[in-house]
Amino acid sequence: MARDMSDKEILKMELEQLKKEVSTARTPVGANCAETIAFVEEMLPNDPLIKGVPDDKNPYKGDKGGCIIT
Amino acid sequence: MCDQTFLAATFGPCDSCGKASPLMNIYIKNDAINYCSFCMEVMACQGLQSGETLASLKKESDSLKKKLEEERGKLNDIELHQVAEKVEMLGALSIKTKRLLKGHGNKVLCMDWCKDKRRLVSSSQDGKVIVWDAFTLNKEHGVTLPCTWVMACAYAPSGCAVACGGLDNKCSVFPLSLDKNENLSAKKKAVAMHTNYVSGCTFTNSDMQLLTSSGDGTCALWDVESGQLLQSFHGHTADVLSLDLAPSETGNTFVSGGSDKKANVWDMRSGQNIQSFESHESDINCVKYYPSGDAFASASDDSTCRFYDLRADREVAVYQKDSVIFGASTVDFSLSGRLLFAGYNDYTINVWDVLKGTRVSVLFGHENRVSRVRVSPDGTALCSASWDNTLRIWA
Repeated sequence: MARDMSDKEILKMELEQLKKEVSTARTPVGANCAETIAFVEEMLPNDPLIKGVPDDKNPYKGDKGGCIIT
Repeated sequence: MCDQTFLAATFGPCDSCGKASPLMNIYIKNDAINYCSFCMEVMACQGLQSGETLASLKKESDSLKKKLEEERGKLNDIELHQVAEKVEMLGALSIKTKRLLKGHGNKVLCMDWCKDKRRLVSSSQDGKVIVWDAFTLNKEHGVTLPCTWVMACAYAPSGCAVACGGLDNKCSVFPLSLDKNENLSAKKKAVAMHTNYVSGCTFTNSDMQLLTSSGDGTCALWDVESGQLLQSFHGHTADVLSLDLAPSETGNTFVSGGSDKKANVWDMRSGQNIQSFESHESDINCVKYYPSGDAFASASDDSTCRFYDLRADREVAVYQKDSVIFGASTVDFSLSGRLLFAGYNDYTINVWDVLKGTRVSVLFGHENRVSRVRVSPDGTALCSASWDNTLRIWA
């Protein structure tokens, strides 16, 4: 475990990991962001927390413990 | 003069070379060692290859980190919020507390929804684990564990069992039976054994395997039936505070975040650390995969939440505000991935627009730190657990 390792061993472990990571395949941010946005747009109409749910389908309807101040 | 003198507590024969000289008394793994200063140097250099010193390793590590930054930087052609400028602004959200779950006697540390979208399990500092029906506020099961600070709990995909763990260094699985008279504590099965506290647990796609993260710096995959360790994941250099499984059916990766400020993505079958992200300035308290599985968010003590894209291999958004100074302890996404709910130590939940990077809303109500927020599996409600002993359902 990390607690039992000396600083030298921890650095060696980090070094090994970094060497592997430098060669990972990457794609440009712009393309990925566009895909993320497309995903969100597609799912947005079905998101109950954003679009709201009609009262007859809402299992949580009816405030329990709210008070209205006029 | 001053630069040559050192405090010599003992004088005598050195343990390794036998010569009488001032000895440096040190302890290695609880054993007292008395070496003279020359032998001390020799010992410190053992195990290093020729030319390798702590400093040279550090230098190599720093230069690799810089190279990694450069490689990642080359692909940073545009920011997420810039691409999202064309996206419609969100209207005002009408999310309010719809249910208040009272029953725990002490801080509620963790909660998880059942796949049936109405039941949830919560665990607290007093050792109690309660299964609730969120629609009716009925408490269906209650178990008392012998340890305090049950920091992790998870519902099995089948809905027939719950796993929980904490300061007892174990993660135990309880089958849930419909028989009210049955003593659930008797059927407890200790599955995971760590050498330090269990900070997070989750079932994989079936009831048969359990993934845990621990304060001992490792994550581990266990077989529930036999309690056998199937795979362990080493790479964090400090406590692992949170983990999350990738959402896809065939998913075999998970992300973990820890006190070493790093978030690591792991391959479950090989145990390899595939990607690593270090941009937070303090401990990462919670990590959560994006619904599409191509990104994840993290919440940290540095009061920011960050969004990382896995294909671009970098951080693409930071959710922060000057007025938000308390650490964030938990995050979750709404069903579409447009909203990010983050619970903070200032008792509030901030709702961020994931794409535009702005704060949409603040949910007030809890009277102490928010320890966990989770959106229900069908996205209709948000449940938050807090140190004020209650859970709230927002819808």
